Amino acid sequence: MADHAHPAAPEEMHHGEHGHGSMKSYLTGFLLSAVLTAVPFWLVMTGALANPGLTAGIVIACAVVQIVVHSICFLHVDTRSEGGWTLMTFVFTAVIVAITIGGSVWIMYHLNTNMMPMEAVAG
Amino acid sequence: MTDSSIWKTIFGRLTWESFPVHEPILLGTFAVVVVLGAALVGAITKYRLWGYLWTEWFTSVDHKKIGIMYIILGIVMLLRGFADALMMRAQQAIAFGGNEGYLNAHHYDQIFTAHGTIMIFFVAIPLVVGIINFVLPLQLGARDVAFPFLNNLSFWLTVSGAVLTMVSLFVGEFARTGWLGYAPLSGLAYSPDTGVDYYLWSLSIAGIGTTLSAVNMVATVLKMRAPGMTMMKMPVFAWTAFCSNALAVAIFPALTVAFALLLLDRYVGTQFFTNDLGGNAMQYWNLVWIWGHPEVYVLILPAFGIYSEVASTFCGKRLFGYTSMVYATVVILILSYLVWLHHFFTMGSGASVNSFFGIATMVIAIPTGAKIFNWLFTMYRGNIRFELPMMWLVAFILTFVIGGMTGVLLAIPPADFVLHNSLFLVVHFHNTIIGGVVFGLFAGMVYWFPKAFGFKLDPWWGKVAFWGWVAGYWIAWMPLYIPGLFGVTRRVNHFYDTSLQPWFIVAAIGALIILVGILGFVMSILVGWLKRDQLRDVTGDPWGGRTLEWSTSSPPPAYNFAFTPVVHDLDAWYDMKDRGYRRPAQGYRPIHMPRNTGAGVILSGIATVLGFAMVWYMWWLAAIAGAALLAYAIAHTFNYDRDYYIPAEEVARTEAARDRQLALAEA
Amino acid sequence: MIAHALDAEAARQAEEITWHLAEKDDHDHGHSGGATLIGFWIYLMSDALIFASIFATFAVVSTGYAGGPTPREIFDLPLVALNTALLLFSSITYGFAMLAMERGRQAGVQLWLAVTGLLGIAFVGVELYEFSHLIAEGATPQRSAFLSGFFTLVATHGLHVTFGIIWIGVMIAQVAQRGLNPDNRRRLMCLSMFWHFLDIIWIGVFTFVYLLGVLR
Repeated sequence: MADHAHPAAPEEMHHGEHGHGSMKSYLTGFLLSAVLTAVPFWLVMTGALANPGLTAGIVIACAVVQIVVHSICFLHVDTRSEGGWTLMTFVFTAVIVAITIGGSVWIMYHLNTNMMPMEAVAG
Repeated sequence: MTDSSIWKTIFGRLTWESFPVHEPILLGTFAVVVVLGAALVGAITKYRLWGYLWTEWFTSVDHKKIGIMYIILGIVMLLRGFADALMMRAQQAIAFGGNEGYLNAHHYDQIFTAHGTIMIFFVAIPLVVGIINFVLPLQLGARDVAFPFLNNLSFWLTVSGAVLTMVSLFVGEFARTGWLGYAPLSGLAYSPDTGVDYYLWSLSIAGIGTTLSAVNMVATVLKMRAPGMTMMKMPVFAWTAFCSNALAVAIFPALTVAFALLLLDRYVGTQFFTNDLGGNAMQYWNLVWIWGHPEVYVLILPAFGIYSEVASTFCGKRLFGYTSMVYATVVILILSYLVWLHHFFTMGSGASVNSFFGIATMVIAIPTGAKIFNWLFTMYRGNIRFELPMMWLVAFILTFVIGGMTGVLLAIPPADFVLHNSLFLVVHFHNTIIGGVVFGLFAGMVYWFPKAFGFKLDPWWGKVAFWGWVAGYWIAWMPLYIPGLFGVTRRVNHFYDTSLQPWFIVAAIGALIILVGILGFVMSILVGWLKRDQLRDVTGDPWGGRTLEWSTSSPPPAYNFAFTPVVHDLDAWYDMKDRGYRRPAQGYRPIHMPRNTGAGVILSGIATVLGFAMVWYMWWLAAIAGAALLAYAIAHTFNYDRDYYIPAEEVARTEAARDRQLALAEA
Repeated sequence: MIAHALDAEAARQAEEITWHLAEKDDHDHGHSGGATLIGFWIYLMSDALIFASIFATFAVVSTGYAGGPTPREIFDLPLVALNTALLLFSSITYGFAMLAMERGRQAGVQLWLAVTGLLGIAFVGVELYEFSHLIAEGATPQRSAFLSGFFTLVATHGLHVTFGIIWIGVMIAQVAQRGLNPDNRRRLMCLSMFWHFLDIIWIGVFTFVYLLGVLR
């Protein structure tokens, strides 16, 4: 197997189906990620915004954007990879993650509210 | 002596008391197992079959062989699970008023737990996975699944789980928590013995196998379809296999985590599901049902696929509404992930949550109904042949629809408040699983058996099996809806109300009729084998099939297809027959095949040891097994010599033999 | 006559249709070599769902302090920031390894793999330090459901990183043995997906566990 005369060009190895990176995409991703990490940490550690709800919102938004940045710049998720199935499975998984976490929190919050004994209020 | 610290270090909590020498039923079972086991091992040794079994079956990465091994596992475990059922039915038929029956609660609880666990994890899943394994690559025009070695590993991991569960019969005890192991009952405080640990390790190991298998099948459908076979030109069975396995990939992680967290609670002392220090047992229920509800759709979707294949073949026409079938399957896949709370309406989540999940549960009946209509419309004006698979389809339609309707009834939260954990519920899920999944599995096994083995199952015994199951199911289960409606609960080993006894006597008789059905199926295999020359399938297409698996010989050669087929239309084989396809006579090339491997057997063997060691707290053994697992897995990756070629001459010889066989058949 | 002509017509039609693929020499991507990447990706999606279930459980128990330590009392944000930086750097160094692989530079691959591995070891080291510190203070996984959730979520991620480090070691050995052959390239691509995926999970961890925990 190893001594077949394979064409040496590395691009043919993944016959155009899986994305490769470039120095540019890795550096862009790195810089964006650094910013999207530094801002939340700074906001929380310094307490710069008086409103914790607003801080939480910005922190979460930065996380979501950074996940997208990682997916595009590092994981090379795009519409072409594997005939579109990479993106399809990614979106499917994201939906299931949302239902699992969101559904669990919704259900458990209701269960706790309705069924928790009155004496043991907060933790 | 067993209290000594040396003993404890070596044997953990395993002592002489762990062996049930005072239980006559277990002793008797053990004696039978030993005798039969010795006979089997003796026969294999006498006829020198160990080498054959190892090289041709255990180490095989051929999807056809792995599929057959899964099905054998499923049938063997069906006998164990059904034995549990017979024991329960016997107990419930006699234990009224002053009569305590022969099974106290301590044993009865283990039996119903084992029954459910075995039937779902070691019967239904292996049978479904086995049929998909055998059929899917052939239907797609492929030579094997995407990852043949992983396939072998998945099978043996499932066997490992089954072995651990079976060992619990004779060493220690099994769980007494019901088949889902609800916390907090399954926590260390309330179930300190080995039972829940056997349950958790057994299913965790098997669950890894199932997850890997699901990944394998999804990748197979995405990448291994024959040229020209777009997704919308795939057979419906391939679609249902795809959706079922995609769903399995999505849900088994939730079960894995539920079990892992419970294991952490039991072994490390974490507080996830305990009653104090902040734990929340309902999160266990939540995670388990996030798995549990979609799981029944993982089981039923392939059965629906089998019915679609059977309907079109035995009605002699294309399946009615292919596109709507595909959409219905995908909609069921999505909706099945949105209904899980209906398993615990009564736990207090309130009106808004209950309404959402109740409505979603009712909605799922719609695409299911669409499928039923499609099968009926396929039958309408079709050229129907009532071969056994077709009979199973009709029995399914008549039986399953009732189960579906009781499901919609249970979906209404106020109704469920009355019926939760009643006999009504128990009948509902047996109705859908037996009427839907089991009947479908039998239809599939009868339909594809000739392809796998080259001869049909004996039809007369097949009909005994059919009537045994159908009549048996209706007598054993349908009447029990009524006492369930009137408030009889599940998992009860003794009743005070003697007016209920007739119901349970009838149910016990029904169970015995089902036993006739099971034995009939076993006989249909045996007699079929004895009469195989009369029942021989020489053409490879004994039913007039429409999909690609019927274009191969029965059984197919190891490589499935000498040339990769090119597909032009739905029902690809029917299309080929219709348009005058001719087998090629020349141009055979060497065929690239994966090598057999012992790694699956070895890794699973080590996993079994690891599970057993953890159950009994034999930490030194667990550490060694864990390290061995890692070391062997890594060492295996250094083996790059995983494949070989079948020479073109051998392919030519095999194909020429098939040409001769076909010519004889036509003559 | 007519039947014969119709037969001939059907035969001609049948011959014009391609029913089989005339196969050339079977290269490895004819086989499952082509399916490995999507297969590994699908496995990774299932791993994402494992984390989702653990995250969901953490969300449920995250206020179960049981009178014990709360996030603000035990989380050392500068240390977490350091860890985050280590992991982010390791992502880009793995990216450099992949770029070297594209160019066929075996030595470059080995170098960047080693750097990534060292950054990973540092990450796990910092985590172990954090854990031992907490346990010494009495903030053990057994103390409360919140702590159980915290330790399990962070340790599961750390365990995945540890497996990644072992895998990096194995790849260094295998690339040294057999160079950048097709099998090794495929494996390096799978490891790439795995490693970047772990960084994505870490974004979830530092956001929802550490930062939001302190904000509560």
